Amino acid sequence: MEKYAVYVPRLVQKKEKFAPGHRACIGCGEALAIRLAFKALDNNVVVANATGCMEIVASQLPYTTWHLPWIHTLFENTAAVASGIEAAYKVMRRKGMPVPTDTKVVAIAGDGGTSDIGLQALSGAMERGHDFVYICFDNEAYMNTGIQRSSATPFGAATTTSPAGKKSIGQFSWKKNMPEIAVAHNIPYVATACHSYPFDLMEKVRKAAAIKGPAYVHVLSVCPTGWRSATDTVIRLGRLAVETGMFPLYEVENGKYKMSLNIPKLRPVKDYLKQQGRFRHLSDDIIQKIQDRVEIEYQKLLEKAKYGSKTTKRKSRAGAGKVPA
Amino acid sequence: MTTRVGIEVSIAVADAVRLTNTDVIAAYPITPQTHIVEHLAELVANGELDAEYIPVESEHSAMSACLGSAAAGARTFTATSSQGLALMNEVLYVASGMRLPIVMAVANRALSAPLSIWCDHSDMMSVRDTGWIQIIVENGQQAVDNVICAFRIGEDRRVLLPVMVHLDGFNLTHVIEPIVLPEQREVDKFLPTNKYPLPLNPDKPVAMGDFAPPVIFTEAKWAQEMNLRDSKKVVLECWDEFYKAFGRMYKPVEKYHSDGAGIILLTIGSVGETASVAIDELRADDENIGQVRLRLWRPFPFEELRQAVKDAEVLIILDRAISFGGPGGPVASEVKAALYNQVGRPKIVSFVGALGGRDITVAGFKNMIKKGIEIARTGSKNEYEIYGVRE
Repeated sequence: MEKYAVYVPRLVQKKEKFAPGHRACIGCGEALAIRLAFKALDNNVVVANATGCMEIVASQLPYTTWHLPWIHTLFENTAAVASGIEAAYKVMRRKGMPVPTDTKVVAIAGDGGTSDIGLQALSGAMERGHDFVYICFDNEAYMNTGIQRSSATPFGAATTTSPAGKKSIGQFSWKKNMPEIAVAHNIPYVATACHSYPFDLMEKVRKAAAIKGPAYVHVLSVCPTGWRSATDTVIRLGRLAVETGMFPLYEVENGKYKMSLNIPKLRPVKDYLKQQGRFRHLSDDIIQKIQDRVEIEYQKLLEKAKYGSKTTKRKSRAGAGKVPA
Repeated sequence: MTTRVGIEVSIAVADAVRLTNTDVIAAYPITPQTHIVEHLAELVANGELDAEYIPVESEHSAMSACLGSAAAGARTFTATSSQGLALMNEVLYVASGMRLPIVMAVANRALSAPLSIWCDHSDMMSVRDTGWIQIIVENGQQAVDNVICAFRIGEDRRVLLPVMVHLDGFNLTHVIEPIVLPEQREVDKFLPTNKYPLPLNPDKPVAMGDFAPPVIFTEAKWAQEMNLRDSKKVVLECWDEFYKAFGRMYKPVEKYHSDGAGIILLTIGSVGETASVAIDELRADDENIGQVRLRLWRPFPFEELRQAVKDAEVLIILDRAISFGGPGGPVASEVKAALYNQVGRPKIVSFVGALGGRDITVAGFKNMIKKGIEIARTGSKNEYEIYGVRE
């Protein structure tokens, strides 16, 4: 990454799609991630936005932050709205009605709008194979309504509806593995990303938009307000989430896993947890429990990536001459 | 000239949608609406209708996909019933609030529990205040004609609102009726192409569905209300034009021997035709009785209704839904409100019956009317009468 630093202004388009003036909290990782994600794309995009922080901070009649055609309707239906737009464009183009060509529909939602209330609509849209990109900006709780737990909240995190107390360690369940759920739909492209790795994020969004069919990108978005962390640690926390294996960066292209970063040795999760108020109450044995789980999950992922690279090789060898039986 | 052919009403409704050259259909199966969307799927599969058919995973997503499609500027249709309509509920408000001209056929059916797949109007009444234009039909021909009109009304630049066409489940959807299907060229002439003024388009970005702070919300809602009220002009204009083009007349309040009648029966939906037979028989027995039917449910036809019943002494109203713990049937309740400040208003007797597919026969209507006249004379301690219940 470092070697790109000097070229940043040239590599990233100057035009803002998600313009300044919105009302996100100081140090909002999600606003940063959205800004970067849409800088990766051209202007031939329609955005369908679920209810949530990013909808609220960016739209207030009579203003808008968006320099792209943008629609918000409800909380749980964004993937369905996106499929309606995609279908409409398809048929109108076929019938010679005046719509631009190759427009990409991009649905965006938070973790609640994706892994909880919007899961059914998303599953339906992915299964039907609409040509669209779905980006989940995951800040690991319902931040817009005041930091309530979602199924994407990590184990042990204190939220307003999973508070830590004498009889509670905070969030009692493990973070729902949304990217794996997307993979299970056999869609052409699934990726995880984080604003702390901006070029990786942008490259993945670009790739997702270039692919024909449903693409799912899951973006960890640090939320200082909800994570009870310092506003100047947003980038560092994103990096720690990746370096500890809490949020591994990878992509799955046509079913083949590929790790985005080579991390020879994961940092202890403690480095990540200790910087956030939401994990402050965790005892050493709970932290150890998280550590063990993260290592198992990370290992599983590495295995899949190993298998993915093997099958690629095998296939290319098979294609070199032999006719399959 | 077109001829009447025997055809299942659902199939005819689907054919009417084909004639409108609809672009996008998003639908989910639910009895008794399924035949409509099955036939549409078939028309698309056979290339007889060039449309995108989105087989969504729920009615909530059906209406949501319709939002997206209509916002992109495509002509959009869906159909549902009962629980499906209930599941769509929050999306319906968005469709009207965002001024998206979606057309939906609703095969009216009871709401659970207990589960009933048969007809009544509890689903229709649950979406009364969603801000949609709502037309109620009572036979297959009316369903076909009004599906075509619905697109013209909803997509009219002065309106831009979604439109529901209510047709009774089974009693209409599953019966074979003699129906005239208009010719394609006639429909093409009658129905202009859909030109949504500000669609989602990267060439001219718009933001749709922003949130409204208190300083704007009331104005936004009032604008919507004015718009829905004013849509009546366009509805009337459309029905006029339809009459000129096809020779079939529709009115917000349709009258049957009601001018000068002392007793009037008010119905909505398919029972209206059975009731008319009862009216005929009673008139043959020298009863001074007539009938009115509400064709337009939203915007509510206040003036037309007041005019239609102004000389009546007794107005008997049949509802096919219960407003639980409330003043009676929802239609009766609205009619009472519409007439309350009128001088010399008729006495109103409210009946609730024909719930969950139970029939009211001609004899039944005569019986009910007799009972209604009696109640009008003697009064009743009940807010409304339940008709035909076993106690």
